[in-house]
Amino acid sequence: MKNYRYVILGCSVAAVAAIEGIRSRDREGAVLVVGEEPCKAYGRPLISYYLLGETDLTRMDYRPDDFYRENGVTLRLGVRAEKIDPERKIVTLADGEQICYEKLLIATGSRPFDPPMQGIESVKERFHFMTKADALALEKALSPEKKVLIVGAGLIGLKCFEGIAARVKSVAIVDLAPRILPSILDDAGAKMVQSALEAHGAAFFLADSVLRFDGGTAYLKSGKEIAFDLLVTAVGVRPNTELIKEAGGEVNRGIAVDECGRTSLPNIFAAGDCAESFDIASGTHKVLALLPNAAFQGRTAGVNMAGGEAKLQNAVAFNSIGFFGTHVMTAGVYEGEMYCEAAERTYKALFTKDGLLKGFILINLPERAGIYLKLLKERIPLGRVDFEALKTAPAWSAFSPEAREANFAREV
Amino acid sequence: MKRIYVNEKWCLGCHLCEYECAYANSGIADMVRALKGKPIFPRVRVEDAGEVHFAVNCRHCSDPVCVQSCISGALTKGKDGVVRIDRQKCVGCLTCVLVCPYGAVLPSPEGHAAMKCQLCTDNMMGEPNCVKHCPNGAIVYEEREAAQ
Repeated sequence: MKNYRYVILGCSVAAVAAIEGIRSRDREGAVLVVGEEPCKAYGRPLISYYLLGETDLTRMDYRPDDFYRENGVTLRLGVRAEKIDPERKIVTLADGEQICYEKLLIATGSRPFDPPMQGIESVKERFHFMTKADALALEKALSPEKKVLIVGAGLIGLKCFEGIAARVKSVAIVDLAPRILPSILDDAGAKMVQSALEAHGAAFFLADSVLRFDGGTAYLKSGKEIAFDLLVTAVGVRPNTELIKEAGGEVNRGIAVDECGRTSLPNIFAAGDCAESFDIASGTHKVLALLPNAAFQGRTAGVNMAGGEAKLQNAVAFNSIGFFGTHVMTAGVYEGEMYCEAAERTYKALFTKDGLLKGFILINLPERAGIYLKLLKERIPLGRVDFEALKTAPAWSAFSPEAREANFAREV
Repeated sequence: MKRIYVNEKWCLGCHLCEYECAYANSGIADMVRALKGKPIFPRVRVEDAGEVHFAVNCRHCSDPVCVQSCISGALTKGKDGVVRIDRQKCVGCLTCVLVCPYGAVLPSPEGHAAMKCQLCTDNMMGEPNCVKHCPNGAIVYEEREAAQ
């Protein structure tokens, strides 16, 4: 049986960040990465940009080709891990191979979740939009005479729309929620983005749902009917937690981890979309299925796996996402007092509570938005900055001279 | 590593560094041809607030959150410590703009990529052109230590 000091299950962003975290402490220990997808880590959100023609399969690679070799990483791609024995510290792969670990990282991500939909099996061409393979399969089916139905007006469904809009005849998008991007936008923000998407041909059916499918027709709850050739379901995702659950580890919505990335099982860590984080904005443990958070968690876990000390203590939901040049940045929770500026093409909403910035929405206002995110993540008391000035424009002149000295006259 | 540091009390707010940056990154040898009558998109920006003026550009953080957050792997920190953006890999999602606590990674005018100060390692200047031409020593390029 092969023996590795570090075994990582999953080969995406959390895995890469963990390798970097491990190697910041331990240049020698053998690392094995087991990935179910048959390829090295790629920027998963890039699949819509691939369909748009703004990147290609090579440029999508998340790290240079020699990254794994240079870091002494053995790759076992295209194979699934089936079972963990935490007592004996053994992972069993789908091909029967057993591997011994000293420290194990679960970075198995998430998978699409389709609620039961009547008649779904009568739909011939069905797709998800999570992986490179999904994007390539969808691309093969695209053609200018085809009508597409996307179920789900969240981040995945709408980025899919952006990717395919110019390559098909029409796209209809159905969502149960009364507004698009319901998890990250408020009503006013959602309306603005919806108009931008409609200008590119999106036909929305909101506060509606598919009651049943019959071949190329979707019958909606509202009584409307949509004829389509291709169906993309982007309703939701489920964290891949089974390995930990079956091994007896603690799992809620995602795998429960502490701020070092440790699961409840000894020597086993978890990071990325399969794991929970403590979200400082809501004060709750939840899955923050965001690429940067996977990187933060992966790095933290890697450092701790290699005997170092790292803690992730400022996790928060944030998104930066564009649709046909309309750019949306959001973070945190939308609670407390709201400051709002709305114009024809721009929208700003800042939410404050208990003297802290708790959340924000910025549409077409990307300039220096990181200063707002800093206030939120570092829970900087707004009494310590000139928040009146910051409301209008994020700037360091609103911070104290001492803060500027520490940040601009010193190494950071 | 050598970085650009701000001596706030010496900054007059003349914005010359912004012009020198735009010139350095224009790829045009003649400064007038590079800048005259054109909107500029410098990677260093001067903040003006009453009597307070100071220049802001990338801090080349020792643990850069932009690099960790990049969705495409376009941002890297080189062995020389310089944080660089590969504009071919960048898709312009602006996650780096959202996470930079300094507001020092900027959307570029054409919208398809972000842009940032690379300490003039990506042009013909050899060393930061903003620093070289600051009339007052309000920005300097040198080794300094982190605050205790």
